[in-house]
Amino acid sequence: MELLDLTAVELGKKIRQREVSAAEAVEAVFARAETAEPLLHSYVTFNREDALAQAEEVQKKIIAGELTGPLAGVPVAVKDNLCIAGELTTCSSKILSDYRPTYTAEAVRNLQRSGAVILGKTNMDEFAMGSTTETSWYGPTRNPHHPEHVPGGSSGGSCAAVAAQECFYALGSDTGGSIRQPSSFCGVVGLKPTYGTVSRYGLIAYGSSLDQIGPITKDAADCAAVLEAIASYDEKDSTSIRREDLHFTEALTEDVKGLRIGIPADYFGEGLDEEVAEAIRAAANILEEQGAVVERFHLSLVDYAIPAYYVIASAEASSNLERFDGVKYGYRTADYDGLHNMYKKTRSEGFGAEVKRRIMLGSFVLSSGYYDAYYLKALKTKALIKQAFDQAFEKYDLLLGPTAPTTAPLLGESLCDPLKMYLGDIYTIAVNLAGLPGMAVPVGRDQNGLPIGMQLIGNHFQEKILLRAAYTYECATNRQFEKPADIEKLQETCREKTVRNTVEKKEEVSAGKEVQAR
Amino acid sequence: MKKQYETVIGLEVHVELATKTKIFCGCSTAFGAAPNTHTCPVCTGMPGSLPVLNRQVVEYAMAIGLATNCEITRVCKFDRKNYFYPDNPQNYQISQLYLPIARNGYVEIETGNTVKKIRIHEMHMEEDAGKLIHDEWDDTSLVDYNRSGVPLVEIVSEPDMRSSKEVIAYLEKLRQIIQYLGASDCKLQEGSMRADVNLSVREAGSETFGTRTEMKNLNSFKAIARAIEGERARQIELLEEGRPVIQETRRWDDNKESSYAMRSKEDAQDYRYFPEPDLVPIVISEEWIARVRSRQPELRSEKLKRYRKEFDIPQYDAEILTESKSMADLFEAATALCQKPKKVSNWLMGETMRLMKENGMEPEDLKFSPENLARLVCLTEKGVINSSVAKEVFEKIFHEDINPEVYVEEQGLKTVNDEGALRETLKKVIAENPQAVADYRGGKEKALGALVGQTMKMMKGKANPGMVNQMLREMLQ
Repeated sequence: MELLDLTAVELGKKIRQREVSAAEAVEAVFARAETAEPLLHSYVTFNREDALAQAEEVQKKIIAGELTGPLAGVPVAVKDNLCIAGELTTCSSKILSDYRPTYTAEAVRNLQRSGAVILGKTNMDEFAMGSTTETSWYGPTRNPHHPEHVPGGSSGGSCAAVAAQECFYALGSDTGGSIRQPSSFCGVVGLKPTYGTVSRYGLIAYGSSLDQIGPITKDAADCAAVLEAIASYDEKDSTSIRREDLHFTEALTEDVKGLRIGIPADYFGEGLDEEVAEAIRAAANILEEQGAVVERFHLSLVDYAIPAYYVIASAEASSNLERFDGVKYGYRTADYDGLHNMYKKTRSEGFGAEVKRRIMLGSFVLSSGYYDAYYLKALKTKALIKQAFDQAFEKYDLLLGPTAPTTAPLLGESLCDPLKMYLGDIYTIAVNLAGLPGMAVPVGRDQNGLPIGMQLIGNHFQEKILLRAAYTYECATNRQFEKPADIEKLQETCREKTVRNTVEKKEEVSAGKEVQAR
Repeated sequence: MKKQYETVIGLEVHVELATKTKIFCGCSTAFGAAPNTHTCPVCTGMPGSLPVLNRQVVEYAMAIGLATNCEITRVCKFDRKNYFYPDNPQNYQISQLYLPIARNGYVEIETGNTVKKIRIHEMHMEEDAGKLIHDEWDDTSLVDYNRSGVPLVEIVSEPDMRSSKEVIAYLEKLRQIIQYLGASDCKLQEGSMRADVNLSVREAGSETFGTRTEMKNLNSFKAIARAIEGERARQIELLEEGRPVIQETRRWDDNKESSYAMRSKEDAQDYRYFPEPDLVPIVISEEWIARVRSRQPELRSEKLKRYRKEFDIPQYDAEILTESKSMADLFEAATALCQKPKKVSNWLMGETMRLMKENGMEPEDLKFSPENLARLVCLTEKGVINSSVAKEVFEKIFHEDINPEVYVEEQGLKTVNDEGALRETLKKVIAENPQAVADYRGGKEKALGALVGQTMKMMKGKANPGMVNQMLREMLQ
């Protein structure tokens, strides 16, 4: 399985040099997925035939010299909240279980223009609401390092697929940590760009003012190449920003000399796992050894990020999800009495518990009489948090801390206590509120073998500094992503249970479809 | 009625803007296309689609704001208004609540001899909804999203009006301004202008307002006037009986000339407004305002002044012609071609208005070209056709926009100026009407008229009446 060990950029090079064909790469990941999927369930849809057809097209263009970029011919997995024309795009929700858009997300189109071969759509928390990928209507994804644990979320499917080598890289989306946290839990590299850097056109919105699409990769070099491919100014997205500095691969230099790194002391308080803290300190030391100036400081307002986030994101989500009403597309309840009953039953049956919880929360905070107390106050908090970061970036080029307080929890552990789950986003959420770029980079494992990721936070438009620091760290430690032990071996232990789960779920899916056909 | 009551009215006027494309996508705004043909992922609320603001909408809204003496909001924003209904594909409408584009304006209306200021509270931009079609036969509802995303402005007045007369004057004034700006055609029947009436009554002399109701579904000025009279009477009756007026939304049924309650304040929806995160704030600079101002077309009062200087027509004519921009445009274009302002004015004020009334048309509905009207004026001026033929030809122009030169030629309608032919006919007329001839010769001047009439009849109206008159007199001497 040497081929699968290549990074996306390495594979791209071999494809351009004709050492490997795009089709061979697709076959290799498909073979891996065939073994891993019954256990991991990273994908919602995986289309081998279609991927092979794309590979053939791309191969022709590579031979003709029309495609020369680093990602031409490299297979990618796409989170299931990104629209691809004609392909199922479900957001891992029953309510969109048969939805096929007529248009393709701009970020995906950018990849297609770069010659990417799209393998399929990855599993996620329903509508990206969750931190474990357990709220998916299709059932949870498992952590490839330890199948009893979650991969994190909401881009858990994408991160698990990259870690388990079921693809060479993936796209995720990040509203409050949904790229960085599962990247950390799965031991891969994940980056949330500055808000406005990647077009949101075709991304099914969760919290519009916070959502960003970003790369999930095996190392910093891949991350830079993918970000370079997907970032673009897009007239179709009014929040898209015109940037001139999109050549992210230029940042891949082994040099952090004089780089001022701030470590928010507030990120090392109560709730942080000691093993995680130790790994992050060690990573900071390595960068210091490489010439960076590392200093602890007080960021402030950290505790206010979570409530502000859940008010703003839920408010936007409650409105964004109103369009799923059974009228135009998607799931509609079988029996109903009049319009309002149809709305009520469709949405009651079509959405899962976590989505309903956030719709209710969001509707409540926007209600007349509560708007000022919650939504407006949350917006003010958001502005203050941004200010706190602005002050920090007057002193530092980069902030470094943990991505999550713990390593991946056990399956089922988080969902019983949503508040605890929300607290797990404490280090990632403020970055979205401030619109900053943030990156998760693997820095080791805990004693259970579960990966630990550090989080690098940059000022607006400073993705290059993040990439440079991550690249330098990788060079110094000679590591890239955390490769899972032996998937096949893990699978033996879990096979029985998983097969049972999948069968049950599939029956439920087809039952849902039948209902709709009627 | 024991007491004297005063009616207090405020208006919410929706106007569809005349942009070629919708407010947040590139789809056409044209009226009357096959259902769901002017749609795309954005205006049908597909997931992942995003709105992009049409700049022309902002410019039209600014133009209306400036022409109604409003302050333009320098940083304005869109908000989401959330409510579930199938004609609203996202189940939220993108509108403006917190920072509307224009505020604190006014227009002046004239009723009788008094001029009154009606204040404008605010004006905001928003998107229109689609249209539901209920199929009674199949017991289903269908939805057409062609209208979804058509740009609207809503102009909210202060409660400054006191009678249906003032309301109509205000609406006519708004319509005139907006039409002059070219920002909308303001057709009530097609729904490109819609008004909701907020009305309350109070005892004359009272300082406080009574409880108001909001009246919807008003499709013509007449319906608006009737609804106001009806609602005023209904509220006074309640008060006289000692019963309270309930704050509610009512729907006017113009056929029954009565209204019924749609929803009360208690079950009014909570729209959960919040700032639209998919759009960025609109920053309006001094320069932008100046640019829109400089492009502002001539409004009615300026046009009136210019007519007085430029055209030799009575003040009365000028006032009527400039009431609607399309009439004024027609007048100016035809006059430029034939250089006969008074003649053009006569056709527009006379026959055109008569036929419009007969056909229930508004000036905007006129289909004929100024070229053909100008040609007709020239034909009559040169004496090619006489006035009765001209009226007949004009009807053709009015309905079918025919070229009068071609038509007159084809139909053989030219006035006969051939003395020989006329003389022959006159001889015949004289021979066949001995009594009238005798009467005339006996000094009855009136008898000549009968003979002229007979001649015209025999010549199918094509004779030159002046010539007939003159030759008859000669021959009867």
